[in-house]
Amino acid sequence: MTAHATAADEHEHGHPTPGTYTKVGLVLFILTALEVALYEITFGEHAGALGDLRMVFVPALLTLSFAKFALVAMFYMHLKQDSRLFAGVFVFPLIIAAIVVLALAALLAYHMAFAQSGG
Amino acid sequence: MSDAQAAHLETSTGLDSRKLAIWTFIGSECMFFASLISTYVVYRNKSTVGPFPHQSWTDPATGKVVEGVIEIPLVTVGTALLLFSSLFVVLALYGAQKGNRKMLLGWLGATITCGLFFVGMQVYEFTHFVHKGLTLQKNLFGASFFTLTGFHGTHVTIGVIWLITMFVLALRKQLPPENAINLEMAALYWHFVDVVWIIIFPVVYLMQ
Repeated sequence: MTAHATAADEHEHGHPTPGTYTKVGLVLFILTALEVALYEITFGEHAGALGDLRMVFVPALLTLSFAKFALVAMFYMHLKQDSRLFAGVFVFPLIIAAIVVLALAALLAYHMAFAQSGG
Repeated sequence: MSDAQAAHLETSTGLDSRKLAIWTFIGSECMFFASLISTYVVYRNKSTVGPFPHQSWTDPATGKVVEGVIEIPLVTVGTALLLFSSLFVVLALYGAQKGNRKMLLGWLGATITCGLFFVGMQVYEFTHFVHKGLTLQKNLFGASFFTLTGFHGTHVTIGVIWLITMFVLALRKQLPPENAINLEMAALYWHFVDVVWIIIFPVVYLMQ
């Protein structure tokens, strides 16, 4: 009965219920704990406990961050339920922002390679 | 029909213009923070003198060894507080939309408390860094770190002030369900501040 009422309530207003918000909050907390644990077993006091993870550290950390970012945007900022126009207004500058970050990272990598080659 | 609903229905898009405005503002803020984060990533390992984020450094003038300034446990607590505050504000918004004043005031109060603790954490961290010799002018890491996290902290402070305003309105019974959009805009801004920190935390504090 309660589950039916919750589902009906969610459907009626288009936004998640407090139960969904709490579950998302719990997942966000777990993902943050995973980030810190990953740091600890890669560079912290327990470094090397699971082998050398330095090669996978950055991609894993970025994946976890992206998951957290997406969860907050979709559920807490209601992009999953709200008009797609809001999503567009948010995602378009986000793509430009990502290009800016990648372009600067590429530029930095190029300058470092140039400096190392003695140019 | 209330004034708030009437104003919403008059728009050409069929969407609330205030909500579209806050989303447009958030979009522009994404590019602003992307520039700051990129600058930090480019400059953080380019410092010729310490203190450094993770590595220890010996001051040639005094011979004093300065450990890496970043303190993960402190910032992890701050990160958890900001994440929880995002949950709390969305529960407060739910209360506002349902006309549940007790829920609105309780969760909004919890959000403001978390926000204030986060700002306090950042003030403590900045003071601690300055005592370790890291200032805005000291090296490229200091300049890019204080600029990025300082701007974020300013945004958090503005968010706390905005949420306190909403709290006062709710206390005065001036935040009925038909005006919940006012809290929704503040909540959207607050979530944005949270998602920026979701990026800053690993990039600035965890990556080496």
